[in-house]
Amino acid sequence: MAQQPLLTFTDRGICCPEGGFYIDPWRPVGRALITHGHSDHARPGHGAYLATDAAAPVIRHRLGPIRLETIGFGETRQIGGVTVSFHPAGHVPGSAQIRIERGGEVWVVSGDYKTEPDGLSEPFEPVLCHTFISECTFGLPVFRWAPQPEVMARINRWWAANAAEGRMSILGAYALGKAQRLMAGLDPGIGPLLTHGAVEETTAILRAQGYPLPATTRVTAGIDAKSHPGALVIAPPGAEATPWANRFGGYASAFVSGWMQIRGIRRRRGASTGFVLSDHADWPGLNTAIRETGATRVYVTHGYTQIFRRWLADQGYDAGIVATEYEGEGIEAPADPLVEAAAE
Amino acid sequence: MKRFARLFAALDATTRTSEKTAALAAYFREAPEEDRLWTIALLSGRRPKRAVTATELAQWAADAAGLPYWLFEETYPVVGDLAETIALILPPPVQTETRSLSDHLTTLLRLTGHPADERRAAIVSAWAGMEQDERFLFNKLITGGFRMGVSQGLMTRALAQATGLPETELAHRLMGDWTPARTSYAALILSNEGTGSGAQPYPFALASPLEADAPTLGPPADWFAEWKWDGIRGQLVRRRGAFALWSRGEDLITDRFPEFAPLADFLPEGTVIDGEVLAWGAGNPLPFAALQTRIGRKNVPRKVLAEAPARLLAYDLLEADGNDLRAAPFAQRRSRLEAIVAALPPDIPLGLSPEVPFTDWSALAETRLGAREAVAEGLMLKRRTSPYFTGRKRGDWWKWKLDPFTVDAVMLYAQAGHGRRASLFTDFTFAVRDGDHLVPFAKAYSGLTDDEFAEITRWVRQNTLERFGPVRRVTPELVFELAFEGIQASSRHKSGIALRFPRMLRWRRDKPVAEIDTLDGLKALLASVSDRGQPSNTGA
Ligand SMILES: [Zn+2]
Ligand SMILES: [Zn+2]
Repeated sequence: MAQQPLLTFTDRGICCPEGGFYIDPWRPVGRALITHGHSDHARPGHGAYLATDAAAPVIRHRLGPIRLETIGFGETRQIGGVTVSFHPAGHVPGSAQIRIERGGEVWVVSGDYKTEPDGLSEPFEPVLCHTFISECTFGLPVFRWAPQPEVMARINRWWAANAAEGRMSILGAYALGKAQRLMAGLDPGIGPLLTHGAVEETTAILRAQGYPLPATTRVTAGIDAKSHPGALVIAPPGAEATPWANRFGGYASAFVSGWMQIRGIRRRRGASTGFVLSDHADWPGLNTAIRETGATRVYVTHGYTQIFRRWLADQGYDAGIVATEYEGEGIEAPADPLVEAAAE
Repeated sequence: MKRFARLFAALDATTRTSEKTAALAAYFREAPEEDRLWTIALLSGRRPKRAVTATELAQWAADAAGLPYWLFEETYPVVGDLAETIALILPPPVQTETRSLSDHLTTLLRLTGHPADERRAAIVSAWAGMEQDERFLFNKLITGGFRMGVSQGLMTRALAQATGLPETELAHRLMGDWTPARTSYAALILSNEGTGSGAQPYPFALASPLEADAPTLGPPADWFAEWKWDGIRGQLVRRRGAFALWSRGEDLITDRFPEFAPLADFLPEGTVIDGEVLAWGAGNPLPFAALQTRIGRKNVPRKVLAEAPARLLAYDLLEADGNDLRAAPFAQRRSRLEAIVAALPPDIPLGLSPEVPFTDWSALAETRLGAREAVAEGLMLKRRTSPYFTGRKRGDWWKWKLDPFTVDAVMLYAQAGHGRRASLFTDFTFAVRDGDHLVPFAKAYSGLTDDEFAEITRWVRQNTLERFGPVRRVTPELVFELAFEGIQASSRHKSGIALRFPRMLRWRRDKPVAEIDTLDGLKALLASVSDRGQPSNTGA
């Protein structure tokens, strides 16, 4: 009888039958290996969890009392008939790729990743394997990121110009990862750094873990444009459109995301200012990462899977698609021009 | 090109008119004169002829980026803009160059009609020297559909700030059929010798739709009423030996209407008349359809001339004896116009648009209901003291149309028809303006002749920007008048409104996209109708 594949794709997520576990499953399972704390990867309701030491505090904070075991980067563990280890994915602090080995055959599940070091997350490490399961959120050739220092300089200039005009600046950024990357990378000499509560909670956890993060002030009653003139506020995307932001008067706002690369998306989001900074690999990053794994078989997930699979097949890979039930950040092409495309 | 890209970024970063004007005025002060001229040309809709097709551009870009063409085709719909897709996929510049906007544009002009290899080499080398934002604009200039979110009015204001010249004077100088290739900034803007012919028209004064009840306008004696004719608005210029008929879209249509040629001999030197060109038969205007046979024809066959002879009904006198009369009150201009028309020989095809006298508003409302019999669209109301203003200015001129349920809109998407019309593009999606954006709001597929559909089909093939399956997004350029039976609020539609039974009334070749109706206008109409979708203010 032929041995079944090391990993299979089920309606609960990526499954390792021989290890008796799932990776980032989206329906409750007995045992889940979690790449990182983003909500489309770390979901509630599993019997037991395994994640890196570095990712664990945020996962605990988000999911409450769960049975969570931790593992160090590079440490190996025998689970059922397979050996697993976690390796830095460079996506957000603590994020990992997961390596599974059985009798010399190696599969790697990338989780979310980016190849450019961001100064905060453990930098991405290529892991040699036979089969690579890669995300491709930005798997189109139009996505090509400028180096981080260039983007930070752009945001600094915007912040400084707002401050000079006596306006507050609000940056919309995901609370885990992007927010901390910004506060660590921007110039604290321009003005005070304020945080929305949701951002501050995650920041406090990462700060306590020892990630080098600057001092920030949580926005509470009494904190406004008068008390902190010229401040930069980091808030979850969309917060600037809620009454919460009214206290800042005539502020300027911007959204920080890889999607801001595209004018039409920027406009549909109503963000007049958008900065292109992503925690996912861009087109050259995806291609380099895949090449460096040495894999001959690649499955793609998250994003432009159809197109990216065809591209990889063109490049000579044995390429397939992992169907996912939920997508993380995504956009849709307009089907009927009269009807608004479902946002986000 | 870098300076132009900075201007674009500044305009793009703000929605405030004052900031846009300031950015543009600074550009008009600092940029080299050739670049200023080209920018004025671009912002007033004078685009260079297309030297390269969209498909060529896409293929060259995919090759330059080392990508298979299928990948380009799959990527383009995600970005939604050809120029942007190309700018984003090209490899970073080898070495950036400092070629100016006018340099790039004159190169493009020169390339028109050259073999593909030559054009390709020029485009690819231009790309190699540009940053992403410059490439985007460069591609936009090639593919057309370039919008900077700047109206001609805003541009004129900025130019006035930069030069210190009055806005109305500048607006006048910018009219006509000049091109950057045939004039200079100094000649056009500073010394006004731009057109060479001296026959450029004045900017047209436009009426606003009357939404309030007529009696709120005040004493009837303050107002002059005439029919709102359903023809082609035109301006007849007889000046410095030249004779020209201009359409509202600033197209020179002198040769399309040879009937008017004798006027060159009979109108006094230095005369400019605003009026409506109509097809005329047996002492009465013919329906617009008759005039339609004349539009779009460069040479008018004898038969058409006989069946649909044209006549100009004069509304206003803008210049007499070479003097600009636009600041004078309407009543005064009108009486001088009457004197000029009265002095013409009887067989000349130019008459006065007759006054519709009235002493009280309810009687005029009654008269208005007879507009259809008069082959008119409704009434025009002009304040007797009003100047001939530039563009649309609410308060002095009102159009009081018979049927409030029409809207001028631009075609945004086209789709092939069914059955007999499967080979033609007949199903269109239309948009109105909302600030700087075009908002799709209605679909329609009937109301035009097969010949018109055939002509539009050819146009759609040449002006496709993007495909979504069977649907093509086209350059927003063709304007149509849509008629509809009702209007209601709809949360399902982006525009927030839905129309009942929209159909194309006619193809408005005379109307530029800048003058289509606005979403606010439709919303105002929506607010004015009762819940049954019927107008509540008909008849006043
Ligand atoms: Zn993630
Ligand atoms: Zn994800």
